[in-house]
Amino acid sequence: MAGAEGDDSLYPIAVLIDELRNEDVQLRLNSIKKLSTIALALGVERTRTELLPFLTDTIYDEDEVLLALAEQLGSFTVLVGGPEFVHCLLPPLESLATVEETVVRDKAVESLRKISQEHSPVDLEVHFVPLVKRLASGDWFTSRTSACGLFGVCYPRVSSTVKAEIRQHFRTLCSDDTPMVRRAASSKLGEFAKVLELDYVKSDIIPLFTALASDEQDSVRLLAVEAGVSIAALLPQEDLEDLVMPTLRQAAEDKSWRVRYMVADKFSELQKAVGPEITKNDLVPAFQNLLKDCEAEVRTAAANKVKVFCESLPEDSRETIIMTHILPCVKELVSDTNQHVKSALASVIMGLSTILGKDNTVEHLLPLFLVQLKDEYPEVRLNIISNLDCVNEVIGIRQLSQSLLPAIVELAEDAKWRVRLAIIEYMPLLAGQLGVEFFDEKLNSLCMAWLIDHVYAIREAATCNLMKLVEKFGAEWAQNTIVPKVLGMANDSNYLHRMTTLFCINALSEVCGQEITTKHMLPVVLKMSTDQVANVRFNVARCLQKIGPVLDSSALQAEVKPVLEKLATDQDMDVKYFALEAISVLALA
Amino acid sequence: METPTKLPPSSPSSPTTGFSVPSAEKVDGFPRRSMRRARQRRSHSSSQFRYQSSQVELTPLPLLKDAPVAELHDLFCKKLQQCCVLFDFLDCVADLKGKEIKRAALNELVESVATSRGVLIEPLYPEAIKMISVNIFRTLPPSENPEFDPEEDEPALEASWPHLQLVYEFFLRFLESPDFQPSLAKRYVDQKFVLQLLELFDSEDPREREYLKTILHRVYGKLLGLRAYIRKQINNIFLRFIYETERFNGVAELLEILGSIINGFALPLKSEHKQFLVRVLIPLHTAKSLSIFHAQLAYCVVQFMEKDATVTEHIIRGLLRYWPKTCTQKEVMFLGEIEEILDVIEPSQFIRVQEPLFKQIAACISSPHFQVAERALYFWNNEYILSLIEENCQVILPLVFGTLYRVSKEHWNQTIISLIYNVLKTFMEMNSKLFDDLTSSYKLLLHNNVDLITK
Repeated sequence: MAGAEGDDSLYPIAVLIDELRNEDVQLRLNSIKKLSTIALALGVERTRTELLPFLTDTIYDEDEVLLALAEQLGSFTVLVGGPEFVHCLLPPLESLATVEETVVRDKAVESLRKISQEHSPVDLEVHFVPLVKRLASGDWFTSRTSACGLFGVCYPRVSSTVKAEIRQHFRTLCSDDTPMVRRAASSKLGEFAKVLELDYVKSDIIPLFTALASDEQDSVRLLAVEAGVSIAALLPQEDLEDLVMPTLRQAAEDKSWRVRYMVADKFSELQKAVGPEITKNDLVPAFQNLLKDCEAEVRTAAANKVKVFCESLPEDSRETIIMTHILPCVKELVSDTNQHVKSALASVIMGLSTILGKDNTVEHLLPLFLVQLKDEYPEVRLNIISNLDCVNEVIGIRQLSQSLLPAIVELAEDAKWRVRLAIIEYMPLLAGQLGVEFFDEKLNSLCMAWLIDHVYAIREAATCNLMKLVEKFGAEWAQNTIVPKVLGMANDSNYLHRMTTLFCINALSEVCGQEITTKHMLPVVLKMSTDQVANVRFNVARCLQKIGPVLDSSALQAEVKPVLEKLATDQDMDVKYFALEAISVLALA
Repeated sequence: METPTKLPPSSPSSPTTGFSVPSAEKVDGFPRRSMRRARQRRSHSSSQFRYQSSQVELTPLPLLKDAPVAELHDLFCKKLQQCCVLFDFLDCVADLKGKEIKRAALNELVESVATSRGVLIEPLYPEAIKMISVNIFRTLPPSENPEFDPEEDEPALEASWPHLQLVYEFFLRFLESPDFQPSLAKRYVDQKFVLQLLELFDSEDPREREYLKTILHRVYGKLLGLRAYIRKQINNIFLRFIYETERFNGVAELLEILGSIINGFALPLKSEHKQFLVRVLIPLHTAKSLSIFHAQLAYCVVQFMEKDATVTEHIIRGLLRYWPKTCTQKEVMFLGEIEEILDVIEPSQFIRVQEPLFKQIAACISSPHFQVAERALYFWNNEYILSLIEENCQVILPLVFGTLYRVSKEHWNQTIISLIYNVLKTFMEMNSKLFDDLTSSYKLLLHNNVDLITK
């Protein structure tokens, strides 16, 4: 670079170049990340005339470094002197947009999109559009792929002649001979359509959409589905039938399951885009087919949409459509052979009860819930249980409680601890809906049993669960039902169970309040300070530190302080450490 | 009846089919994604059955060998049409009679094409290709295990294999028949056909990929007009694999075909072929699943070098650029490939890459993973490489000396230390003057550093 020796202002760039050539990638990366500092030191003029050319010419590096560079350049406008000079950033970004590695290229395109907004309309046509054209007619597929993402950002701000050129370039890329470029074009088709004038959407975009949606490669076709949704949203209702529906119908019956999956996955958006009439006539049968698809992947995607689809059906015919067309398919899915299908359905099926109302729910949905509650896969049962609140609003949970209980008990004792963990997390919700009586009678013993589970994560979740239950049912309930049991464990012969008592007290003291804590819990904790296991003793110290704020100062001084002081002279160093920590936190020294 | 169901000849480095026990219960007894039960219930999959709504009842036709010559072609054609009926293999007891009739018909067709002359007349070509297309072209089913790891997991086997295998066998015999006329076939085996054939290489079933490999190789050999197209589409599959999905089951098989194609490239290499090497084959080394196809890939790379030595520098610099940073298993593979390359390198090319190469080798020697260090040190057991090192001792020894000296004092593994001593001894014998100079300057450097620290 500039050979002005002895010029102090060259020092930062000298450092940069030095580090950019370092063998250690991490150093090169650091230096790229400090690029803005260096540019600031150099000033806008020299950033433009020296730094950027240097970066453009000499960068051939690890993808990680290039990624950082591509990102930096996106916010470099101020550093090159503002919007007036933003076009200086184009050359380095242009070469980054042709790199093979997808993440680098995507980042370069993202930065280009960002700085395109900072170009004046004139600069856009003079500098930016030519770059897009160069990329669009590049030799290697990478540059053409990148170009696909840039048409949409410049189109609205250029003259009509240039607009025509841009449309032409996009058309060419849609029929590129490499599938990579067609995929990129297909994925940007919807975005591009949004910025086009309606006439051109009809005359240009529709043929492209039709062609891409019947491409020989399913990876291209499936991307066209999403574009189809965007395009449908742009067109007036009367054109939909002729222009997009034939293609969309064909996509829903594509021979590749990937395309059908995509249709199922985008079904709600599609429904919204085409409006109620087409939904009734076309989408309902299509949805039925997707729910009955031969590939489980497609059925899963469709099952996930059941609730949203039904919710958005036109109100006048909603119930009839659901009862006569959708529900029969749903009934079949309940006994599907694939667990993912059933599990997807279980996560939304409860939502149908709000739509169908009380009578239909009791007559038609309830039997399905009951079947799913007995499903062989825990995930299915869990999904039903986790959505009980929807049914509760409509028919009350009592209707279900008879079947619910065995399901809960079975999950609570599942051999897999993650399943047990999941059901614990729903306990507060269930408790709230089933009421305190039912809870005491049926579920309380389960909650206590988890406290002595052999997996720590379960014991931990069980303590947290107790706290939430107390928040729901109040301190009095706690004192009568759970506190005695928790404290009883303090005399257990297993030190892990004794520690669980301490963990429970940690969690419960605050929600139970000062009185219960001082009167019932504190004596137990203090007594445990002489436990023969050091782990129990230092947890006593930690517990005292935790519950200290709940106690009044006399209890602290008279009871807690002597015990902590004694623990502070314990022969075990951990016990000492935590005792001293508690003394200092509680300011008892 | 005797059926020629010999599997296609397997080529030089046939991939292993020994699959290890699934690692499901390894971590905490909680199977990954709790998919296992579903997998056990349905270890076969097939998307094939869907497209036939009304099932046709098959009736057995007379045997081909009993047919009078005048009716032979007509009967052959009827059998081909009969074999276009597809059956549901997921339901293993459905329509057993029909399945048996089709199986027998396919067997007859295979035998007839393989043994009798004069059967393949022009009107049969479209019928045969249609029968093949209807049977083999299908959208592959979704992988039952979304995290399918070809090294760890059992592949899902194609349920309709009892029929599919015979169809592939028929196709292969058809292509290999002495009566086969490329000029007739090319009207039906066109670009669209080949594209669909290539997509099938993603099949999880190794038996299917094995057939496809042999078949595509024959197509490439006989239908000259499709060659460029096939190469281009394989390029696209690889690029998508590298930069988009990282998933494609048939990379090894496609590379195996390419290995023999490269052999036949004309000299000087066309820029298309060089581009393929630099932009596709070299970046393939970055794939996570490299171990599945590394042997085939290295074979292709070496083929290129043997064809045209001037690509050597591109290859070595490319490998150095993509050198694995954290995966020692891959590092060992890279070292293996470098040795294969060095085995056939021209001395003039060696000089062009020796500096960066031996910097990397030095880095490998100081790897705390002993297999990496060991693999690098084994280079000195290779006669040819040793002769290259000796010729360029002045350049190479200074590059590796510091590392060798340091690692010989520090490495935790005894084998590595003794290997290093051997290497040092070799260097000492090669050029004792240089060796002594380096030893004393290294010691001086060490001494200064110690001084620097203690001061």
